[in-house]
Amino acid sequence: MKSWRGLALPAALLVLAEIGGRAAAPSDTVAPPSAVAAALVAGLADGSLLAATRDTLASAFGGLAIGAAIGLTLGVLFGSVKSLDRLMELGVELMRPIPSVAVIPVALVALGFGYRLEIAIVSFACLWPLLVLSRAAVVGVEPRLIEVARVLRLGPFARVVKIIAPAALPRIFVAFRLAAGISLVVAVTVEIAVNPMGLGNGIMTAGQALRPDVMLAYLLWIGIVGFALNAGLVFAQNRLFGHAARVAGAP
Amino acid sequence: MTDEAAPLIAFREVDLAFGAHLVLGRLSFEIRRGEIVCVVGPSGSGKTTALRVAAGLIEPTRGIVAFDGAPMKGPRRDVAVIFQDYAKALLPWRTAAGNVSLALEAAGAPRRQRPARIAALLKKVGLPNHGHKFPTQMSGGMQQRLQIARCLAQEPAALLMDEPFGSLDAMTRQGLQDEMLAIAKASGATILFVTHDLEEAIYLGDRVIGLAPHPGRIGIELEIALPRPRDQIATRESGEFLRLRRELYDFIRGAEKGALP
Repeated sequence: MKSWRGLALPAALLVLAEIGGRAAAPSDTVAPPSAVAAALVAGLADGSLLAATRDTLASAFGGLAIGAAIGLTLGVLFGSVKSLDRLMELGVELMRPIPSVAVIPVALVALGFGYRLEIAIVSFACLWPLLVLSRAAVVGVEPRLIEVARVLRLGPFARVVKIIAPAALPRIFVAFRLAAGISLVVAVTVEIAVNPMGLGNGIMTAGQALRPDVMLAYLLWIGIVGFALNAGLVFAQNRLFGHAARVAGAP
Repeated sequence: MTDEAAPLIAFREVDLAFGAHLVLGRLSFEIRRGEIVCVVGPSGSGKTTALRVAAGLIEPTRGIVAFDGAPMKGPRRDVAVIFQDYAKALLPWRTAAGNVSLALEAAGAPRRQRPARIAALLKKVGLPNHGHKFPTQMSGGMQQRLQIARCLAQEPAALLMDEPFGSLDAMTRQGLQDEMLAIAKASGATILFVTHDLEEAIYLGDRVIGLAPHPGRIGIELEIALPRPRDQIATRESGEFLRLRRELYDFIRGAEKGALP
């Protein structure tokens, strides 16, 4: 029965926020936690919050899938073929530092508002961690294991399936987890900046409508969605690579 | 139709250079079938490099490495290599049984035969009932036994061992030496054993080759006529053992000072 002590500080802060929020009412910028909770329940009940979540996650996952697939393919290719790696190094280093948000105007001109815009930008953002980390994972496969494969005369296909892929996969999955977090951040950012849909747009609209309770409810909900996404991926990682991940020292 | 008297492994005037640096210079020696040859030498004498050349992992710059009369063209399944760093040579995501299975899979052994063969191999190296464990759950000695089991799964004609017991404690090392001799006797495999431990070389070998450094070449060759089976106490206390040890120590000390022709 010690775990309740960890809750003492958050509970105290909530009480303080409640008192402060009520004292400040009516306000255009802050709302007491009780009002935020009420707005969250209302948003869930009328379906607006869930519809926005669906839009945001569809874009985030769509972009994640495309970006991760391209990044993984290029990363494994660059990691295995040295000449290609050298050829593409400069291009990658020039493209990678471009902030994904800076691509928004370009993508907007080309694609217009909607899912396509958001998916394109999210995939651009997710491509890089997958490319860089999967390349490093392939390059970092223990050279002794490659020698074992040579001594046993494993063919190229068996070498990839039995040695390189299992050795690199735990790290590649860490990259995927990283990219999944990025996908949500970028999707919401695009919605806040330009795209009239999803959770980002919801939080903007609530702010402009001077509804701090709804705005903070959106913020709280985005936090819950992000937490659930990461928890799900950590669970999957432990299930898939529990043993190997610990061995490979992957975080 | 193999000629039983012909050497299984033969180095003929082998040069190996990494760039301008000559690691092995005109190295020539032969290993007969069923023979245990130990290679010692000061650091920089290229003993591990020689083993890697014998395994077909490195191609000689000049000269020929012949296996069973034919020049080596890369690694072969009937030549097994036991690496010193067993922890890196085992697949951490596979169990002990899975690691042994890798060699059987590589050789295309039918799936249905594998479990029985894996169990027999694990039993042979003293790891029965450990098939379900992962390498990280095993001690260093057990991991090295596991690597030996995987190499035996290749049914090798030659076992090339690169300081296999170098990172184990003294008691474990002596136990594994005796087990290795028993396995070698049972399988009749030819063994090339690289070590920096002179006593280990004399204890195990039918012959000990001492390499001189810069570049690596034959410095001394000793026939070990100690009777078999050998015994960790009696053999190491025998006069012949001590005489050989003295001769080898003097050679190594001289080689390190560069007092050789």
